[in-house]
Formats: sequence, structure tokens, C-alpha cells
Amino acid sequence: MPVFNQNRSRVIQVIFTSIFIIILVQLIHLQILSPKYKLAAENNAIYRKIVYPDRGIIFDRKRRPLLENIMSFDLVVTPSETKGTDTLDLCTLLQIDTTEYKRRMRDIIFKNTAVRPSVFEPLLTQELYAKLYENMYKFPGFILSERKSRAYPYNIGANVLGYIAEVDTSFLRRHKEEGYEQGDYTGMTGLERSYEKILMGQRGIQRFIKDNRSRIQGSYENGVFDTAAVAGKNLYTSIDVELQKLGEKLMNNKVGSIVAIDPKTGGILCMVSAPTYNPNYLTGNQRKKHFAQLLLDPRLPFNNRAIGNKYSPGSTFKTVSGIIGLTEGVITERTTVTCNGACQGSGTGKPKCLDKGTFDFKNAIAHSDNTYFSTVYKRILDQPRYGGADSALAVFNKYAYTFGLGHKLGIDIPSEKAGNLPVSKYYRKIFGQKWYSCNVISNAIGQGEVQTTLLQLANVMAIIANKGWYYTPHIVDSIQGGDEYNMLDAFKTKHYTDKNIPDSIFDAVQDGMQAVVDYGTAAASKIDGIVMCGKTGTVENSAKINGVMVKQQDHSFFGAFAPRDNPKIAIAVICENSGQGAWAAAPIASFLVEQYLRDSISGTERKAKLEEFANKNLIPYLMRMQMQKNDSLKRVKENEILQQQMNKENNDSTETEEPALQEVKPKVPIKKTSSKDKISAVAILIDEQRKIQKAIARKV
Amino acid sequence: MNSRNNNTISKGVDWLVIWLYAILVAIGILCIFMVEYKPGTDWLQTFIAGKTNYSKQLIFLGVCVVVATFILLADSKLFTTFSNLLYAFGILLMLATFVVGKNINGSKSWIPLAGGFNLQPAELCKIFTALALSKFLSRQETDFTNIKSQIIGAVIALAPAILSIFQNETGLALVYFSFFIAMYREGLPPALLIVGISFGVLVVATLIVDKNILAIALTVIALLAIYILRRYIKRQKSILTIIVAVWFICVGVQRFAVPYIFNNVFQCYQSTRIYSMVGKDYDCTQNHHKSKSNSDKPSKKPDDYNVRQSKIAIGSGGLWGKGFLKGTQTRGKYVPEQHTDFIFTSLSEAFGLVGCVIFLGLYLLLLFRIVRIAERQRSTFSRVYAYSVASIIFFHITVNVCMTVGLFPIIGIPLPLISYGGSSLLTFTILIFILIRLDADRQMVLR
Repeated sequence: MPVFNQNRSRVIQVIFTSIFIIILVQLIHLQILSPKYKLAAENNAIYRKIVYPDRGIIFDRKRRPLLENIMSFDLVVTPSETKGTDTLDLCTLLQIDTTEYKRRMRDIIFKNTAVRPSVFEPLLTQELYAKLYENMYKFPGFILSERKSRAYPYNIGANVLGYIAEVDTSFLRRHKEEGYEQGDYTGMTGLERSYEKILMGQRGIQRFIKDNRSRIQGSYENGVFDTAAVAGKNLYTSIDVELQKLGEKLMNNKVGSIVAIDPKTGGILCMVSAPTYNPNYLTGNQRKKHFAQLLLDPRLPFNNRAIGNKYSPGSTFKTVSGIIGLTEGVITERTTVTCNGACQGSGTGKPKCLDKGTFDFKNAIAHSDNTYFSTVYKRILDQPRYGGADSALAVFNKYAYTFGLGHKLGIDIPSEKAGNLPVSKYYRKIFGQKWYSCNVISNAIGQGEVQTTLLQLANVMAIIANKGWYYTPHIVDSIQGGDEYNMLDAFKTKHYTDKNIPDSIFDAVQDGMQAVVDYGTAAASKIDGIVMCGKTGTVENSAKINGVMVKQQDHSFFGAFAPRDNPKIAIAVICENSGQGAWAAAPIASFLVEQYLRDSISGTERKAKLEEFANKNLIPYLMRMQMQKNDSLKRVKENEILQQQMNKENNDSTETEEPALQEVKPKVPIKKTSSKDKISAVAILIDEQRKIQKAIARKV
Repeated sequence: MNSRNNNTISKGVDWLVIWLYAILVAIGILCIFMVEYKPGTDWLQTFIAGKTNYSKQLIFLGVCVVVATFILLADSKLFTTFSNLLYAFGILLMLATFVVGKNINGSKSWIPLAGGFNLQPAELCKIFTALALSKFLSRQETDFTNIKSQIIGAVIALAPAILSIFQNETGLALVYFSFFIAMYREGLPPALLIVGISFGVLVVATLIVDKNILAIALTVIALLAIYILRRYIKRQKSILTIIVAVWFICVGVQRFAVPYIFNNVFQCYQSTRIYSMVGKDYDCTQNHHKSKSNSDKPSKKPDDYNVRQSKIAIGSGGLWGKGFLKGTQTRGKYVPEQHTDFIFTSLSEAFGLVGCVIFLGLYLLLLFRIVRIAERQRSTFSRVYAYSVASIIFFHITVNVCMTVGLFPIIGIPLPLISYGGSSLLTFTILIFILIRLDADRQMVLR
């Protein structure tokens, strides 16, 4: 055959070569010139596992841990590998039925695919862990994975410490830059929230190779790029465990709060909000259940009443009015005012006073004379040199402001309220352009629009104790390894009240306050051997029931500091709807002061009184009604269930006799009040209740 | 041709091709090993156990060695004598698939054999077609310059292709077009090649460019051609007619033929793949195969998933690669079908551009060697056969590699000697060893 086409072999070779060159160019493009593929490959194949550090521990003033970390275990399942698992056995151990097992599996697969490990049962109890551990060989696809959780050895300080919880999507949206991921835990309230940055530590990262279904194939480059987790720093607080414990004991079955401050440092010694809850309730596998219970509780245990509730300060405010009056020279210590049973200055006969007679400044405080301080307040507002009530009120407010009132103090736990100092603009709205001191006279005795938090009140006591200065009240004293984020700087600045106030005025007020305890309204709470200065308060209040304002039992207030000469503790107590200040709040404060100064309560009589107070149930009537209503609702539901069961049994077995049936009476659920779960009281107002329901609706 | 010595099978064989064959198969097994490897397993044991794909490939290689030995021991005349018969047998087998065929992955191109093995006649038919084409072209009475024998040649090459299309195996069907390279060597007019390439460019342009703009562009090109050639046109009016005819055909193809092919000839998934190649979405509602294709090949992942993952794997290799068994994409099984069609990705991830160049260099060496072998044959039969082998291998490499690097739509075509798969390895072994056998007798004139 002719070989005439031989040159065509060259053409074919050229075609071959050119195609190979095209491929080569594309390879150069992909492998050398396009870094995006390397990036995409890393995103594909490298799984970054976050290694959680231990959260920091919070200590009290004597380095006792208020909370610590304990190791607990989760039962984790990889659904795709569960072939051959003894489902029945597992269900028996976990005390669930197979339907529940199937439901959980379905949910897990739906949420997190079948090939990735998910938590099947979180936070196993010790007992359950031991049982499961022995039987794990029967459950392929299941593993026990360790995890740190919080534990509270003293069961105290729930509202101060706060709780941690899994982050939700809205949290992730708000904290985009901080590297949180789904499944992380973060502080939600209290110190856990405000010192999150310090407590959380630094997360470590381990890199693994993962496959197309995100299954781990082994470590990446033998862990060269891995970083270790750095544990969170510890917090050292000024809280005193004993004091806090005693405070929570005394406030058991009461509604209110206690704040004790070390006046020299501003460190908070104890902060009790009653009713509180056992912080251990929110760890462990019953967390969800307990959380819902607490959220539905009409006593609002999540509310930190020491900073989150505003109260009219009542007579305790008289100390402030008095100091301002003395400083502005509208009265002197020797000024006397006579009370015939009612204040005549404004013509309305209000406010009334309890003790009739003529009082000088000291005795006016000692006997909490309403007329005296109304007169003082009226004189300030009517001073011609201020040029009208508007500017006079402004002068008054300026003083009050430097006493830490009317604004947030800046304590280091969230959700602090600012309180309220009414301004003239507000009164103009109500009383018109021209308003008079008589319109607002009840402010003088802390009954009007003036509102303070209990923390502010305790701070006022600290200011009087210090004779004119305070440090911002705070809980954390120091941070392990130094204050990296300058979070404590704000607590190192001394705040002064208006410098014009001379010590003599504070002495006069202290004289009066000492007289309160020595022979005045709170004489019953005198502690032998301790010079305590205090001021009672009895606050009228009312609640709206079915749209009608109904007067409620008075709130009981007491503010104090001790000892007078070298003040070590300033304290404020409120017991809601518990009557006069001297009746509930003052004794509680006196026990705490004695406990703090002497480390114990002296005398059998006082000890017995303490126990008596601790056992007193002062839950307000309204709240009790609400609890009862909830309980009875529950009871009705339980009755229905029991009824159904009985009907069923009745249908099943004809042998059951009538009388036997009647014996099965519905169980009446009784609220457990063991010492461990000290859930105390709260006044539930109608709109407050609505708030909770809203909160619950949002949670759901 | 009196004293052929059958005592030694190594006499006259081309050792370079055998060495290249051995190296490539070894690379192939290593690549499959890379894909299947899991850290912590005893690889030696898994190699022997026969459970994994790489050890299966090793077993296939053993079978192939036996077959290759038989081929080298056989008489070259055997192949010329039986080529037509084998071709007929091959066609028969392909027709048989329509009756006893087994549906694997949506294509009914497999005949189930005993012991769980399946035979794909279209694979084997490549060998038979190569032999038959060689036989036809080497006939003394065939004059490949005349159009009639050219058509017969084309029919021989394309008959199995058409059957393959009916079997829903587009990839295999395309392979048969590679015989045109061999036929070109034997005298097919080069114009055909040019027309073919132009047609390809036009199709691609149709996909990429808006149809009206393309029509305008074509018109402009035609007008330019007329303007440039105006002197020649004055002398010879027929040039004008040709230009107008070409313009008319081009616009027709662009306007009607291409959309028709995509909507009516191709399956929906095929059209989608081709469109996704040029970065466009194909509207499946226009496809009249729609309802059928949905049940045939449900696609779980987006259509460009394969190519994207393949490009990521290749691209992440960089210049030097990540090293043997260190490819994260390979270990994570991100590239689908990585041990078969996308085997090239594991190699390029592990050894990078340098490895790819060396690897492709080996292939090019093999192709050039075969062309060289072809040109040194005395008999047309051997030469045509050699070109056929080169063309088939070349076509496979081109389509497969271009597919993995994203230059070509995804068509399930294995990489010769590398991809996992017994029938593919066996086919190429037979193709290459028949060539070596024929080459050993290159002094003979075979008919």
C-alpha cells in the first residue's frame, strides 16, 4: 500500500501535543494561579474542633468557692452507627420507652444528620453514668462524652452568680465577632454574664481531617497547628458566704431583698433577693424542667429584687432630706417642729405622723416624724432664693444625685434599674405650669415619685457611714492574673457627695440614726455592744386588682450601718408587705450586722428569735393567692388525669368495686419547702404576671 | 514469512510500550490505593485480602497478564483472519443487550455473566471495531481516496456508536469518533477535520453567546469574507455562493440544530451538564425527555458538584502536591467516583503540577511511541490498527482529563490503565498487546 499520507502522522502528533498543552495550561491555572481552590479544600476537609477551657471559678472574700466546675457526662449518639444496639436495654436504663427513643433519634437525625454525633441524654447522674458505663459494649454508636458543668457547694447566691446556658441564634447574631458557635455556653445573668470575657477563658482549636459527610478521619498534620485551651480566670468577690447564707435563711418565705456593703471599699458583702432558687437547679439533666418551673413561678425567682425592683424608699429617705435641709440651712439641728397628729403645712392633713409631740432633728429621725421632714422639704422648695419650685427641686435633686440616687450606680451585674428622682417637667405635666411644694410633699418622706433600688439605699447608708463619700458598689474585688480588660477601674474611683456638706451634718444624722436603734423606732433590734445607726421605713403601697387600686400591707424597710465609729457594714433590707420597718426589716438587718461583726449570733434569746424570723412566712396575700390558683389549676389537671385513669381501670376490670374506687383520691400536690430549695416569696401583681407570660411565650 | 519463531514470546516485542504499560498500571493501582486508604489499616493485608478496590485491581491485572501472554503467544494472522467475524460478534452482543441487558446506573449496556460479573459489549467492541476497520482499509481493493470506501469506513466505526447511544452510553459512543483520526491518517480529506472543528466551535459559541448577537457576528464574518475575497469573487462567482451557503448553514445550526439537539436528542441531565460547563443553567422543562430522565437518573447533588470538587482537589495540589496519602480531599472522599472516572484528581492532589506533568508526559510518550510503531509497519492492517489504538487512548485521556479539570462536560469515560475497573483495564491490555504482537511481526505483510 502506498504510504503517501506519511506527513499526516506529524499532524496527528501535533494534535496530540496541542491537546496536552491545553490540559497543561488549565492545570497551571488550577494548581498555581488559583489560590481559591486551596482555600476551598481547607474549608472542605479541615474540621476545627473547639476545645472548651474550664470556666473560671468565683470565690468569696475568704477564698471559698461560691461555684466550681464538676465533670459530668453526656450520652452521645451517632445514629448511623447504632446498628446492633440493644435498644430495649438502653431504654430501661434511661427509663424511657421505645417510642421516646425513636422520637429522639428522629429529632437528632433531623437536626444534626445521622452521621454526626449528637447528645442523646445530657448531664447524666452519677448513678446513671455508672450503670451505662458498665453496659456501653451493648450500645454501639453510643459514647459517654465528658463535659464540665457548674456546681454550687453552698446553694447560695443564685441571683448574684447568674447561670450559664446554651447560646441561641439571637445571641449569636449579637455577638458575631466573638467567635461563639451553636452549642456553646455563655453566662446569661449575674456575674457569669458580666464577667463572661474573663470566665470563659480561651478556647483551643484542634484540627481534624473530615470526609464528605463530616466524619472525622484523623488529626490534621499530626496536630502541628492545634492550639491549647486556656482556662478562664477566677474571680475573687467581696461576698461573705456566711452572711449570704444567713441572709437567704432569714428571707426564706418572704419577698424582698438584702444588700450589705463594706462602706470602706464598696464591696458587696451579701446580696439576697427573695425568693431565690437553688442554683444547682439549673445544672444537671433536670435543667429544662426546673427552668420552666422557675419561669412560671408567680414569685419571680429570677428577678434580682436588690437591683431590679424600684421601691419608694419610705422613711429611710428622710435621712437624705434631712441632710439636704441642714446643708441648705433651712433648718438647724435645733429646729423643732410640732406634730399634732397630722402635718398642717399643706392643709390636707397629710402626711400623718405616728407620734404626736415636738421634735428636734435628732428625735425627728429617731421617731421618724413625718411632719418634721415634710416641713423641711416644703421649706427647701419654697426658699425664695432658688426662685421658684422648679429650680428648688433641681437643687434638691442635685444633692440626691450625688447620693447615688436617680441613676444606675454601675454595679457589676446586669439589669440594674436607675430608680427615679422626679423632675419639675414631670410635675408640670400633672399639676400644670405652676405647681407647689404641697403637691409633692410626700417625696419628703419617700412616699411620692421618688424611687430607689435597694442597692441605692444601701449605698446611701454607706455614704452616711463614710460621711460623704462612696465607692461604686461592686461584687468582684479582684481578678486572677490582673484586670486585663480594665473592668474593675470604675470601682476604684471615690465618689463624693456635694463637698459643702460638713461632717457636723453627718454627725447630726448619725446621732439621729443611732437614736433610732437606741430608743427610737427600731429599739427592739438593738444589738448589745454594737453601736448601730439605722433608719426604719414603712412604705404604703397598693396593687391593682381587677382594675381597682387596693391598698396592700406596708413594705418594711430598714437601712443601717455599724459600728458608728469605724463602719464596717452598711446594710439595707426590704421585706415586701410585711408591715412596719421595725417589725420585719430591722431585726433581719440586726442579725446580719451581728453575724458580720461577730461571726455569730450571741445569746440564746436572739438565736431563738432568729429561728423564729427564719420560719416566718411573710409571703404577701396576693402572691399566695396566685400560687394557690396555679396549684389548684395543676390539681384540676391532675384530677382529670386520675379520673381518666380510673375510668380506664373501671372499664378494664369489672371486678373493681365502687368503694375501692372512692378511696383513690387525687393527690394534693404540696410545695416542697426543704432547706435545699429555698424558694421564697414574691408579690404578684397582675401586670407582672402578664410580663412573665410574655416572657414564657417568647421562650417557647 | 517462513521461519517464525514461537519459542520465545519476547522476540521483536516493543519493550518500551510494555514498560510504559507496566508503569501506568502500577501508578493506577497506587492511585486507587490513595483513594481507598484509611490510616491505621494494615495495607499489606488489605492488598492480599481482595476486599478493597486496589487489591481487586491487582487481581484484574493478574488476569490481564495472562491474557496478554496468550496474545503474545498467538499468531498475528489470527487477528486479521477473525477481525470481521469478531466485529459481527461484537455488534450481535450489543444488540443482545437490548434483550437481556442489565440496567446499571441508568444505562442498559451490560450483559450479566455468571459469578456476578457483568460484561459491557461496547467496551469490547472498541477492539473489534479497530480490527475490522484495519481489515477493511488494508483490503487490496479498498481505495480510501474514493468517497464510497470512506463512507463504509465511517459506518464501520460509527455503527457501535449508534448502538451505544441507544443504550444510553453517550460516553462510550463518543469514543468511536476517535477512529476518524486513524482514518484521517489513511487519507480522509483534511477538510472534514476543519469542518468538524468549526462545527465544534460553532456549537460552543451557540451555548455561550446570545443567539442574536451570534447571528450578527456570523453575518459580519460572512460580509468581511466577501469583502476580502471580492477580487476572487469577481473572477469566480461560485466562491460567493459557497460563502452564502456556509453562512446559511452556520446560522441554521446556531438557530435550530443546536437547540433541537439539546432539547430532543440529549437527555435532560446531559444538556444540563454541558450547559453547566460553560457556566449556564439549562431549563429542563424544554427537554422532551424530561419525565423519563427524572426516573432514570435522579441527581442528588447540584450538577456542578462533581466538577467543583474535582477542581478543588486538583487545585489544592499546588506545584509539588501534598504528598503520597496526604491529600485531604482524597482522604475525605469529596470527589465522587474518585477511583474510577475522577482518578486523576487523587494523583494531582498528591503530587501537584510536577506529578501531573510527569504523568501526562508518560502518556504522551506512549502515544508517540505507538505512532512511531504505526509508521514502521509494512502492512496497512497493522498501521491502521496502531493508529486506532493511539486514537482510542488519546481520546480517553483527553475526555477524561479535560473533564476533571473542567474543560469538558462530565462523561463517564475511564482513564486508560489508571481508573479502577476490570473491563476497562482488560480492553486496553488487549488493545495494546495485540498491537505489540502485530508490531513484533512488522516485517510481515498482513492482510
